[in-house]
Amino acid sequence: MYKYDPIDQQLINERVAQYRDQTRRFLAGELSDDEFRPLRLQNGLYIQRHAPMLRIAVPYGLLSSKQLRKLADIATRYDRGYGHFSTRQNMQLNWPKLEDTPEILAELATVEMHAIQTSGNCIRNITTDQFAGIAPDEIIDPRAIAEIMRQWSTFHPEFALLPRKFKIAVSGTEQDRAIVQAHDIGLEFYLDAHGQMAIKVWVGGGLGRTPILGTVIREHLEWQHVLSYCEAIIRVYNVHGRRDNIYKARIKILVKALGIDEFKRQVEAEWAHLKDGPLTITQAELDRVAHYFEPMPYQTLPAHDASFDAALASNPAFAAWVKRCVHAHRVPGYRAVTLSLKPHGKAPGDITSEQMHVVADLADAYSFGELRSSHEQNLILADVRLSDLFAVWEKARAAGLATPNIGLLTDIICCPGGDFCSLANAKSIPIAEAIQRQFDNLDYLYDIGELELNISGCMNACGHHHVGHIGILGVDKDGSEWYQVTIGGKQGKDASIGTVIGPSFSAEEMPGVVQRLIEVYVRERQDEERFIDTVRRIGIAPFKAHVYAEQEVVS
Amino acid sequence: MSQLIQLQANGQARVVEDTWTRVIPPAAADAAVRKQAGKVVLFKLTGEASFTEEQLAQTHIPPTGNILVPLAVWQAHKATLQPRLAAGEIGIVLATHETVEALQAEFADLNQLPLIAIFVERFSDGRIFTLGHWLRSRCGFKNELRAIGDVLRDQLFFHKRAGFNSFLIRADRSAEAALSGLNDFSQPYQGAVDDVPVWRRLNRSQA
Repeated sequence: MYKYDPIDQQLINERVAQYRDQTRRFLAGELSDDEFRPLRLQNGLYIQRHAPMLRIAVPYGLLSSKQLRKLADIATRYDRGYGHFSTRQNMQLNWPKLEDTPEILAELATVEMHAIQTSGNCIRNITTDQFAGIAPDEIIDPRAIAEIMRQWSTFHPEFALLPRKFKIAVSGTEQDRAIVQAHDIGLEFYLDAHGQMAIKVWVGGGLGRTPILGTVIREHLEWQHVLSYCEAIIRVYNVHGRRDNIYKARIKILVKALGIDEFKRQVEAEWAHLKDGPLTITQAELDRVAHYFEPMPYQTLPAHDASFDAALASNPAFAAWVKRCVHAHRVPGYRAVTLSLKPHGKAPGDITSEQMHVVADLADAYSFGELRSSHEQNLILADVRLSDLFAVWEKARAAGLATPNIGLLTDIICCPGGDFCSLANAKSIPIAEAIQRQFDNLDYLYDIGELELNISGCMNACGHHHVGHIGILGVDKDGSEWYQVTIGGKQGKDASIGTVIGPSFSAEEMPGVVQRLIEVYVRERQDEERFIDTVRRIGIAPFKAHVYAEQEVVS
Repeated sequence: MSQLIQLQANGQARVVEDTWTRVIPPAAADAAVRKQAGKVVLFKLTGEASFTEEQLAQTHIPPTGNILVPLAVWQAHKATLQPRLAAGEIGIVLATHETVEALQAEFADLNQLPLIAIFVERFSDGRIFTLGHWLRSRCGFKNELRAIGDVLRDQLFFHKRAGFNSFLIRADRSAEAALSGLNDFSQPYQGAVDDVPVWRRLNRSQA
């Protein structure tokens, strides 16, 4: 992974000093709330219901064991002994004290971490596929460009105060796992006809109040120009994005208002001034950064391992875990492992300090000391030998990190919701927990098969509910909490936005509603059809009929 | 105490006396509060009008000395102001919702102007940075570029990198204290109007 040189380290250290002074001035009354707000937000600090929330950046989801141990220690010392992985692959602490945040940032800086631009109206943490570099379907490893873009976007002088937040995702695989179409800018890497790394550029996607999938603004962009092209897009947005209405301020609204053709015309006109200028990435700079993402020193291993095969055959619980939590790897004899942060009945994405230490130890012992966080809010050991999988499973299981539910209904994506977040209209974690309890039978879960259920506590859509096969959105009706259900959303290259099935439900009704949706699926499915396939084939009407039929009988 | 910070040719910044008088149109008669989505609108959209004709007609213009006039005031009074432009007494204020194109339409050579100021009504309006960038890089403006309005210490580093070389700190804050904001970072990652990205600036090859 990327390692800081003295320039990176100095910048982070100077940031800590800057923020320490800003916090001091705020506490001394020299900065108003309004003046301090963008400053603290661009350091990841929200003021929440109970306490501030600090969002720590995990650039493109890559962490070292040393960094995770530091996060564990910070969570113990400054928080309540746990952290939460968010859908932007970052870590959130829910209970730090404002006065402590400069010290937390200073601690993070010692392990090359920070909270820069994890919130605020600026370019946010760039996200990618959690299997970058090791996925069999990967064409281009996008992490070097992601790091170059991280540096370009960090304290970008022109884009520090945009109309609204700005999210970029990068992906270089056949199956998109980074939801590039749901981002302000999505960069899809591929090899062009000349065998050169090129980028398909999507713009104007986003979830939130107005969910829209992105539009292709450029089919073919040479990688050297990715900074200048993104700069042209964001410059047009900075000037013309709507600042008069927070709900219409994202770039997707501008792209829609102008139309993609006119928006593209303006971007290309701006780009004409920038193309081939100093922003053009040199081969030397790409090589310098790419060096940090070279393949791990893998052993030459056979494609099969006898001890692994034997354990698989004799231990059904291990076999179930392998089926759900172990993923293909491009190197023979290796696998990627997802450590589930979705045990049934716990807040999705939460991890205790003790568990962080366990994961760090596992990474050191079995996966070259590195791990990744996913936008599905799980952790990944990317490079585990087949012969080590059983040992990893035993240790992970002992720490409560081996729930074999990855990709299944209970692998719920869920924002912190009304329990913590001051933006939320409704709680989301208790809904997730209730659904997990309703479906706490693994055989039944396996029978239902692959299903993505996403929950957001408000229309800001941090829980990505629009792209869940089943999406649940917390809404406020006359001061009480209700839940709107969508089905048919999907991430990936064939992404879609879910459709609302009808009037919303109370919290108590939600497990039953999901149950009825599943009943329709089980009744209607053909062959190996997944839930999403059935929804796409038969439409929402049969689901709607079954879910609301029972209600009418009752009333 | 002056509120004006100026970057000197040697890169040092200091607080200096302001030799320019700002020309400000009188408040509009019917300044209705605009709302969108239940909230007061804080920002004008790019391209919106800045002042009414009545405001422009009633604007008092000092007869002598260096004056800093809003673009719309220049447009309304240019027949009388033209000789003073030649004398180097006219600086123009562009608001963040106004365009560089509108400024260029008035002045074929922007370097006729000894001073251009960008007025930012609220510090969180980041359009000021792009306007500064365009004036320096696209329009080749070489004279004094000043940030005025809600100009605060914590944005000064960005202003500087976007091409501004003078900064009129908001009246209730100390300009002396704000000076340090110009030096928050010693080696920024990106390029800027007068700088290249760090990988072109320094040798970052691995040790």
